[in-house]
Amino acid sequence: MHRFANPARFLRLSTLLLPWSAGATVVLLIVGLYLSLFGSPPDYQQGDTVRIMYIHVPAAWMSLFVYTNMAAAAAAGLVWKHPLADLFAKAAAPIGAGFTLVCLVTGSLWGAPMWGTWWVWDARLTSVLILFFLYLGYMALVNAFDDPQRGTRAGNVLLLVGIVNVPIIKFSVDWWNTLHQPSSVIKMGGPSIDSSMLIPLLVMAGAFTSYFIAVVILRLRTEIAHRKIQTLRFSVAGDGATG
Amino acid sequence: MTKKKRRLYMLGLALLGLGAATALTLTAFQDNIVFFYSPSQLQTQQVGERNFRLGGLVEQGSVRKLTDGVTTEFRVTDTAHTIDVRYRGQLPDLFREGQGVVAEGKLSGGVFVAREVLAKHDENYMPPEVSEALKQAGVYKKPAPNNTDAKTAANAAPTNAPPAATKKE
Repeated sequence: MHRFANPARFLRLSTLLLPWSAGATVVLLIVGLYLSLFGSPPDYQQGDTVRIMYIHVPAAWMSLFVYTNMAAAAAAGLVWKHPLADLFAKAAAPIGAGFTLVCLVTGSLWGAPMWGTWWVWDARLTSVLILFFLYLGYMALVNAFDDPQRGTRAGNVLLLVGIVNVPIIKFSVDWWNTLHQPSSVIKMGGPSIDSSMLIPLLVMAGAFTSYFIAVVILRLRTEIAHRKIQTLRFSVAGDGATG
Repeated sequence: MTKKKRRLYMLGLALLGLGAATALTLTAFQDNIVFFYSPSQLQTQQVGERNFRLGGLVEQGSVRKLTDGVTTEFRVTDTAHTIDVRYRGQLPDLFREGQGVVAEGKLSGGVFVAREVLAKHDENYMPPEVSEALKQAGVYKKPAPNNTDAKTAANAAPTNAPPAATKKE
């Protein structure tokens, strides 16, 4: 893992990965959207409304996946002081917040016709809303300090504290009575979703994942370039003062 | 011990403590996080005059529209106990017999008068043909029981619920 923490090596690797992940996003998104909208059957209970699932569920998975990755990066940043780990968490935060927002909005749009309500304060919905606030809080905190290093440290601590919310979200539907139904895909005894619906769902999840990889690489490269410019400026200004 | 190792252990310890604290808090608030009560829980729980939510399955053959056209009467069951519900208003799309439902309101004279009725859907997704085929093969399970049944039965157990609450699957 330490091998990839070197920014120069990361830049080389990312140049290689970026076109592939961007290409995979386009292909998987086209195939996934076609399958979800035309190539899959309506649900026996919910009819065509079930198609909201193909956006809602991958967005929900990504919101947890991105957060878990950010928390792992935060741990690496705090323990091993890797600059790239700090930058990764910073670069991934807005993407994760975006996924969470998509999950909340599509969930609301799905709940209105099916449950009969846009929003309820049950354990699942509330814990996902907290996840969204964690993302926003992290972004606000990192930028709230004059010294960026202190901001990153505070942000990393917040990310690690917030990790307790991740298992709560995942298991909220099993631990408590909730309006939200239990998991259909990742559960004991195999998925309780027909394969004609599972395949489009997994294709869409693949599209979301490669989208995340492509965008996080772009954002990380921007952050690294930004750091370089700052260091250069700093050294030029320093030279001017001493010389 | 190197500095890095010490930081790693500190971090591990802090996370462990945090996890334990969260687990304890959530256990302490167990009753408050519950979104609804099942009919079995109501046998033991004193709810009085306040508003609460009732959750369970709409009993087969129990839905009746009154002549005024807007009031519906039905029974909510968790297979062990049943409660009569009266509701005036529009029902959600997924409301049907055998499906999960969560109603908010209060008890008055043994009848639960609902202010709002929400439909609960289960974790099973399949095309209509598959559900037809399953029905014909006789392996079709009623929608929703997995969640509502098993969980409410489990929840009711520690509060001295009658042993009648058995899991069907």
